[in-house]
Amino acid sequence: MKGFLAIIGRDLKLATRIGGDALTLVLFFVMVGAIVPFAIGPDKAMLAKLAPGLTWIAAFLSLLLGLDRLFRNDAEDGSLQLFRFSRTPLEAIVAAKVIAHWLLTALPLIAATPVLAVLLNMDMESWLRTVLSLLLGTPGLVALGAMGAAVTVSLPRGGLIAPVLILPLAIPLLIFGSSAISGQQAGAAMLFLAAISLVLLAIAPFAGALALRVSEE
Amino acid sequence: MSLTNSLPARTLSVTGLALRRGERLLFADVDFAVAPGEILLLRGPNGAGKTSLMKCLAGFLRPDAGSVVFSGQDGEERWEEDVHFLGHLSAVKGRLKVAENLEAWAALNGGESDVMAALRRVGLASIAGLDAGYLSAGQTRRLALARLLVSPRPIWLLDEPTSALDKDGDRLVGELIDAHLAAGGLAVAATHLELRIADGTRVRTLELGA
Repeated sequence: MKGFLAIIGRDLKLATRIGGDALTLVLFFVMVGAIVPFAIGPDKAMLAKLAPGLTWIAAFLSLLLGLDRLFRNDAEDGSLQLFRFSRTPLEAIVAAKVIAHWLLTALPLIAATPVLAVLLNMDMESWLRTVLSLLLGTPGLVALGAMGAAVTVSLPRGGLIAPVLILPLAIPLLIFGSSAISGQQAGAAMLFLAAISLVLLAIAPFAGALALRVSEE
Repeated sequence: MSLTNSLPARTLSVTGLALRRGERLLFADVDFAVAPGEILLLRGPNGAGKTSLMKCLAGFLRPDAGSVVFSGQDGEERWEEDVHFLGHLSAVKGRLKVAENLEAWAALNGGESDVMAALRRVGLASIAGLDAGYLSAGQTRRLALARLLVSPRPIWLLDEPTSALDKDGDRLVGELIDAHLAAGGLAVAATHLELRIADGTRVRTLELGA
């Protein structure tokens, strides 16, 4: 447990000391939202209709872009090699890194949704639903991404392979995530989203640890 | 010198080890056993397979033949928890302070030893609050060595432990290994350094690529 918390603390410290890293993803997220009105015109009703889906697309792409950082730094400086000798099991370390990564990438995005809500003419209710659906969906997306990042970490310059690899697998999250905001059966979609997230979170530490062990060879 | 045996007794035995990298057969039929309190020095020219053998021992590479066995654990224990591996990479985070680097490893690897005591031992106590990114290559190496001290473990696998170190550093590595052996630990080291080990009978040498 001590090692688990140490990894979370260490990753948070590493990311916040430089600052810029986490901020670029938030900027990207806001940027996607900001350019949409220019592309499709300032029709307020249409923007409001598209807003939930657009918010999810923006969050989805930003999270995919940030994936490579999950294990890359540890692999480059040799920490990843040494994790296999730690008393804390590798599975727990992967779980800790998933949590830290979510706190560093997904949580700032969710905090930035009010900006998108204003830009895309969302009303209060659909903004709240958007936040809820992102809170439920992003942990699953990060967990899935951790598996992809673990598989590709041994590839040199494999930066964009993980996102491409997991994109098709992440589509269900996108479908249920955006229909949980405004679909006809939003309640059911929300439950499905939560279920998918939970399953992915449960699998990710074990699948990720397995991939990391194999990738050393 | 009598063994104080503060470390659990483990033995490392290697039988018939062979490893192929690409087309080249690096080594074959490597046999040795290292008992508690002993050190095995791997020697050989560049490319003889010292690092690869080290990675085999650490479990990073799967040998083509033969086996590596760490014995002495109870049934439940994982052998990984008895091993410290010091490779070419230092696993030091430049953005964390020197002491924070060590604290993270102490929390992960367990062990009760004091972080500051380990830093004093390797001569970094005065800069414990400095970002590790400002350290020189030799100082980074010293910090990596301190990681072995904060969590006492019986088996040390050291790949070029003295690289980038100055004369004092060479002596320090010798002393640390000496103390480790005296405490009942075992070590395998790939190094060209003439280690000053107090009891010469504990040093064995394996020539690779000869």
